[in-house]
Amino acid sequence: MTGVASLRIADRELGSRLILGTGGFHNHEVLADALEAAGTELCTVALRRLDPHARGSILDVLESAGVDVLPNTAGCFTARDAILTAQLAREAFETDWIKLEVIGDDRTLLPDAVELLSAAEALVDDGFVVLPYTTDDPILARRLEDVGCSAVMPLGSPIGSGMGIRNPYNIAIIVERAGVPVILDAGVGTASDAAQAMELGCDGVLCASAISRAHDPGAMARAIRMSVEAGWLARRAGRIPRRLHAEASTPMEDMPVFDTPEA
Amino acid sequence: MRVLINGKSHELEAAATLATAVALLPGAPAGRGVAAAVDGEVVPQREWSNTPLSEGARIELVVAVQGG
Repeated sequence: MTGVASLRIADRELGSRLILGTGGFHNHEVLADALEAAGTELCTVALRRLDPHARGSILDVLESAGVDVLPNTAGCFTARDAILTAQLAREAFETDWIKLEVIGDDRTLLPDAVELLSAAEALVDDGFVVLPYTTDDPILARRLEDVGCSAVMPLGSPIGSGMGIRNPYNIAIIVERAGVPVILDAGVGTASDAAQAMELGCDGVLCASAISRAHDPGAMARAIRMSVEAGWLARRAGRIPRRLHAEASTPMEDMPVFDTPEA
Repeated sequence: MRVLINGKSHELEAAATLATAVALLPGAPAGRGVAAAVDGEVVPQREWSNTPLSEGARIELVVAVQGG
């Protein structure tokens, strides 16, 4: 029992605030170990052209772990491609949920704000539960919420960069103004980054590379799970204000006085 | 007629449906985690066998993979 409340997104309650991306795991066995260690209930998957040499289905791994599927539109550069991919995902996985990614180029993998907002609006109108991967821009986050997204998922730093949260102040502003859950997506490099996201008030963390590309993915999955829980608890516990100077924790009154020898 | 399946050209009989085309692929993928589009329109699996194809049709057949 961790004392961490469940996470509600749209009509679903998630017992874990850690969503796992399945990209980058060397094989299905490593993924299965990480799923268990992470305690996650929701995992992203992608759609690609059939590979005749592929071995086993990722869906079997997720099913035996009891984890639900969150399809994504990874790799799409236009609203049109993202919408079609979301529609394919709805057929393939029988879910209206979509992690919407529309990127601007393949060097930064940063979201294309214009295409993203356009796709989000169309998919919401088409009945999807849209979870957009977005920049850390508070205005774009608000626009995505305004068109009916069920969560906003700002990046801490670029996908796979492991650079943590480069603009914590923007994340704090997004959290302050959001009426839907805020999930930090992308940039987590290690456990402390996930804890920081939760301390800033995020409702959850989505993490792939930090776990899948760690030297020991199972151990990192467990570490990040614990840091998400720790950060959630710390946020609610209320941190002390930062000060430039010290503030003694031991009373300064009634100190004993020691005679000093005469010089 | 010739159609493109995942970017590769295939020769099919004139009466071929989307189901005929998918059956040409290794493992004849179907079921959960599989979806198809013809000329940019998603076709539900239950309609594959009564979806006729026309000359030059572009079929995309996708499956679940690790990602995100």
